Amino acid sequence: MNMAERRDVDLLFKALADPGRRKLLDLLHAHDGRTLNELCEHMEMSRQGVTQHLDILEAANLVATVRRGREKLHFLNPVPLQEIYERWIAKFEKPRLKALADLKRRLEKHHG
Amino acid sequence: MARSSYVYVSYIRTTPEKLWAALTDPEFMKQYWFGMHCESAFTAGSPWKLVAGDGQVYDDGEILEADPPRRLVIRWRHQRRPELNAEGDSRCVIELEPNASAVKLTITHSVEREPSKLIEAVSGGWPKIVSNLKSLLETGAVAFTEAYPANQAR
Repeated sequence: MNMAERRDVDLLFKALADPGRRKLLDLLHAHDGRTLNELCEHMEMSRQGVTQHLDILEAANLVATVRRGREKLHFLNPVPLQEIYERWIAKFEKPRLKALADLKRRLEKHHG
Repeated sequence: MARSSYVYVSYIRTTPEKLWAALTDPEFMKQYWFGMHCESAFTAGSPWKLVAGDGQVYDDGEILEADPPRRLVIRWRHQRRPELNAEGDSRCVIELEPNASAVKLTITHSVEREPSKLIEAVSGGWPKIVSNLKSLLETGAVAFTEAYPANQAR
């Protein structure tokens, strides 16, 4: 892993290591494309605090923003989370899925 | 808001030209899009379709805008599952912006209805496709060869 990639991973895990930021991700997961005002309604902190957390999430590429007219909409970007999944979890899932597929095949053969 | 959108962003260490080629070359596409590929001239007004390895057309539409290597807009309609087809046209905007040593790839897929089953369906696929594309361009290998390994219901 080179320097730039290591930096990306550091930013990602630092961004996730805060309950307020995880709450923001949960809010976006429940309903994507929200404005700063909408997010502030659900957060018990100052508007400035929410803005700072969103900046950190955006720097880690966990939040993507899109301008629509005068509004800035925030979206949960799942791509870096997919990369975590592929790196550490996917290899454990494959044998489990294979086991299920084998079971299905065996049961179907039994009944057929 | 009567619109459903999903936005996917990845920073890929490559050039806009290479990324554009990766997004429009059918043979290259098959390597990161789980054997699927797009057929199109990728010029404004030309037809577009997403074709599986067995030749079945999953989605089709047309290229609404093409500005290589910066921006591609596709009118996108699903063709296989009736409930997704019933939702009509969706819009997929693909943007490439140079960003320091990387290219910021933004894919925005939206449909003028809320909620949308189509957007729900593509939201499971795009992160894997984008992540595979990033691995392929940066390291020469993909993370996944199958979208839904081992008989998972689709």
